[in-house]
Amino acid sequence: MSNLNSKVPSGPLSEKWTKHKNDINLVNPANKRNIDVIVVGTGLAGGSAAATLAELGYNVKTFCYQDSPRRAHSIAAQGGINAAKNYQGDGDSTYRLFYDTVKGGDYRSREANVYRLAEVSANIIDQCVAQGVPFAREYGGLLDNRSFGGVLVSRTFYAKGQTGQQLLLGAYSAMNRQINRGKIKPFNRHEMLDLVIVDGKARGIIARDMVTGELERHSAHAVVIATGGYGNVFYLSTNAMGSNVTASWKIHKRGAYFANPCYTQIHPTCIPVSGDHQSKLTLMSESLRNDGRIWVPKKHEDAEAIRNGTLKPVDLKEEDRDYYLERRYPSFGNLVPRDVASRAAKERCDAGFGVNKTGEAVFLDFASAIMRYGKEAAAVQHIEDPSEETIRELGEKVIETKYGNLFQMYEKIVDANPYKTPMMIYPAVHYTMGGVWVDYNLETTIPGCYCAGEANFSDHGANRLGASALMQGLADGYFVLPYTIGDYLADDIRTGPIPTNSAEFDAAEKNVKDQIDALVNNNGTKSVDYFHKKLGKIMWNNVGMSRNAKGLEEAIAAIRELREAFWKDVRVPGAANEVNPELEKAMRVADFLELGELFAIDALHRNESCGGHFREEYQTEEGEAMRDDENFTYVAAWEYKGDPGKAVLHKEDLEFKDIQVKTRSYK
Amino acid sequence: MGLLKSSVARKVAMALSGLFLVFFLGQHFVINLSSVVDPDTFNSWSHFMGTNGLIQFVLQPILIFGVIFHFVLGFRLELQNNKARAIRYKSYKGQLSSSWASRNMLITGVVILAFLGLHFYDFWVPEIVHKYIESHPADAERYFPELVHKFESPVRVGLYCLAFVLLIFHLWHGFSSAFQSVGFNNKYSRGLKGFTRLYAVLIPLGFVFIALYHHFNQLHH
Amino acid sequence: MKLTLKIWRQKSAQAKGSMQTYPIDGIDGDMSFLEMLDVLNTQLIDRGEEPVVFDHDCREGICGTCSLQINGEPHGPDRLITTCQLHMRKFNDGDTIVIEPFRAKAFPVIKDLMVDRSSFDRIQQAGGYVSVNTSGNTIDANAIPIEKDKADEAFNAAACIGCGACVAACKNASAMLFTAAKVSQFALLPQGRVEATRRVLNMVEQMDKEGFGNCTNTGACEVECPKGISLENIARMNREYLAASLRG
Repeated sequence: MSNLNSKVPSGPLSEKWTKHKNDINLVNPANKRNIDVIVVGTGLAGGSAAATLAELGYNVKTFCYQDSPRRAHSIAAQGGINAAKNYQGDGDSTYRLFYDTVKGGDYRSREANVYRLAEVSANIIDQCVAQGVPFAREYGGLLDNRSFGGVLVSRTFYAKGQTGQQLLLGAYSAMNRQINRGKIKPFNRHEMLDLVIVDGKARGIIARDMVTGELERHSAHAVVIATGGYGNVFYLSTNAMGSNVTASWKIHKRGAYFANPCYTQIHPTCIPVSGDHQSKLTLMSESLRNDGRIWVPKKHEDAEAIRNGTLKPVDLKEEDRDYYLERRYPSFGNLVPRDVASRAAKERCDAGFGVNKTGEAVFLDFASAIMRYGKEAAAVQHIEDPSEETIRELGEKVIETKYGNLFQMYEKIVDANPYKTPMMIYPAVHYTMGGVWVDYNLETTIPGCYCAGEANFSDHGANRLGASALMQGLADGYFVLPYTIGDYLADDIRTGPIPTNSAEFDAAEKNVKDQIDALVNNNGTKSVDYFHKKLGKIMWNNVGMSRNAKGLEEAIAAIRELREAFWKDVRVPGAANEVNPELEKAMRVADFLELGELFAIDALHRNESCGGHFREEYQTEEGEAMRDDENFTYVAAWEYKGDPGKAVLHKEDLEFKDIQVKTRSYK
Repeated sequence: MGLLKSSVARKVAMALSGLFLVFFLGQHFVINLSSVVDPDTFNSWSHFMGTNGLIQFVLQPILIFGVIFHFVLGFRLELQNNKARAIRYKSYKGQLSSSWASRNMLITGVVILAFLGLHFYDFWVPEIVHKYIESHPADAERYFPELVHKFESPVRVGLYCLAFVLLIFHLWHGFSSAFQSVGFNNKYSRGLKGFTRLYAVLIPLGFVFIALYHHFNQLHH
Repeated sequence: MKLTLKIWRQKSAQAKGSMQTYPIDGIDGDMSFLEMLDVLNTQLIDRGEEPVVFDHDCREGICGTCSLQINGEPHGPDRLITTCQLHMRKFNDGDTIVIEPFRAKAFPVIKDLMVDRSSFDRIQQAGGYVSVNTSGNTIDANAIPIEKDKADEAFNAAACIGCGACVAACKNASAMLFTAAKVSQFALLPQGRVEATRRVLNMVEQMDKEGFGNCTNTGACEVECPKGISLENIARMNREYLAASLRG
């Protein structure tokens, strides 16, 4: 076990980043033309990094498995992006955003990184507006804000329920500008399958052309991994079907440490699972919690009656409803952070109060918001003595303008009208705070290999606040990485192009080819999905919203067994040299089967409850999470040693100098 | 044809030539209508149109050019559009998302073109022969009897009516579509669309009425 | 639910394809259309046949990856949704469903139902951006107030997901709605006005080069667009184009 050097610059917290930028090496524009950078992943982090690096003058190659950078899963983020602009004058500041994020992350994030994130957040909004991102505005023409879970100010900028889409299209347009200039060469429908290390430095990748099946060698002076999170290890998640851990896992196997894999965010407001056929889960934006009230019946018999359809939820009397978040957390109410809301829902459902067929759903009810808004609207329109019906009608209109697209989406999927009957929701895997370990410069433990966005572990600690993922992705890509990577590349101005015919490239390509051949020629009997679903079940049941030592030990054994079965019995139809989605899935699931084990090992070693990691052994009498700051205030970074079971733990101790570590309370 | 290099420019050219033809159609209708009201007015207007130098030697060539241009460009566009989908759908339900008229401008257009051929053969060619080849002296009274004579044959009247019914479809889509093409789509568009649809139906029906009027009038005599 | 699927199968871009018939049983109304295809594929794999290749990713109607011409309509019979949001409850027991790739010369088939839509990317690369450096050293975001209605209209145009349904629905395989949406977004915002002339000329030129058909205002694109992008955007682009041509 060693202590990791996070390379956080010295000096007062608020001056670290400025000072660091002044101290680091720069590459002159003429030399940048001789330097190549590979960016894998073209979401918010990768897309913005690629655009900025190309703009600075580097030759950039981008890789994504999608058919266009515009389809990266950042596009699905709904709610918004945080920034400490304080446009609302409600007391927001860089420090407060920093404070909220560290607290929200349950004091398990790196102070200096979070402060930098808060510091550059305001710049992101300026940048995006300049690019033509159509944020929501007020009638005065200025930008509108809304509030999100876990904070007491309104600092979230948004574009209806499609903020991620608009920001991603902004980054994509910045990329397009550079593609048009010839500074970015895009390789779409390409999947990175290995990292090539030459003389201890990341010098290229092996990628598979997903149309021809050809393996390609690409060299560069630095490699950036921005391939998102690994939530799909649970099979069912709100991630895209193609979201995977492969790039992160390949660099892990080549020497990059993997940090805090057990920190996973389970989002409280998703549409519940409807059956075994389910391929993915759909999120309902957290912004709904601004107006929706979450409840379950107080009595078991009512819950039972609702489950089998004999009682309609709207007919249940007020006093028979348990608004459990408002009851347990009076000060934050329905707007507690995601981990807290999710666990509370699970607790109620486990206690037998679930409201759908499977018993795994709670209500998100807009009835009182509809009436409240309806009364306001009636007053504004000077309607005297409005009937209840008029009020409801007016209120529904207000709700429609606020959340119309989400309500429509819900209705299409569930076939029930959420204006008339409460929505049913249940938590689902949504985001992974853990990821590749990086230092303050976003460099992994492999020199020249960087990691940005959700793929790295850096800023959210054990739990991410709403609307902070977009902020981090763009901060990393637009404002952090382009500076810090220059410091590294300053030594490479005389290196010249990296040849791709070296022994290292040969070996890496052979490694990939062997894996593909093994899968294609396996002739097993079971489909890839069969194994993926099984892995998902193990993860959800034993390594999901709450965990205990026994369950985790079982999970570790079960995953190892499943991995063996996979290599023995998986069937991959088709050939290697053609479009072959089953082969693509097989390679991704192979990596998930390894990550899953490390995930459980990490969860087992962390004998405390913090943020998204809840160990049943470590809770208060009221069922709240119990941290162990004395023994676990560190980042757990795992080094690969030939098998996930043999991973070696390295610690990065976390110090909190500018913030007082407290028990997180939203009561 | 440099101006017509881009798809948008071609679209605008189609719209402008179409609007010009729509305008001509309206003017033609007014003159024809006068034949129902008062043969003398019809004769005098027709005589004016047939002998005025500006109309004969400036506007008439422009009109002929406009017709040819609209048709040639229309065909060219259709050809290009066909190439844009080399392999057809086995199942294509355009009727669920667009009107028959909008999808079949070529069919209605070709029928109208065929009718125009007949129309030229019936009226315009004899007129040119009469005036410029055989050089008959000007006769301001001949137009009305000629018109009535042409509407004698039930077959010809039938064809005439069919062409105008198809013209309804052509205009139904084409007239309002022309405004969209030149970039006019705003809060006034609904009203404008109503007007174009009314025009699309009433003007051709008016022509049909005139034809039937003269046809049946002769039967009585 | 018992269904008969007629699906376009094509081994590769060069190969000749054909329609194949697959009976399928046990389909639940709560399944999405793509989950129904997952079921088919699992059965095909179990039988030792090659699964049907189709594009899909987010499965929540926002990434624009999924396509499919279903019973003659892009994204199937329902409105304002993508194929991944289409649920089987829209079909009846015993139905025959015809599934084809989006057809256009500019969208060549890669395999089965998967098509190459990179022509859309190239149209965007021709000018679908504001030429501003990503340094962040721009003016404050609130320095230029923008009329709410204009901002909302720009958003509505920007909501395009680039799925290609407009092209697939159009009898001419025209990409006007897609191109117009991007041109409109920037034309409506002061940030985009600066480059408006160049942008519309370049993007239209690229659109034509890709081999899309001409727009004849049938309006099918607007009806079939999963995001309800309005025809007004095409009118706006026509206007912008005319003005730009005159300016030179």
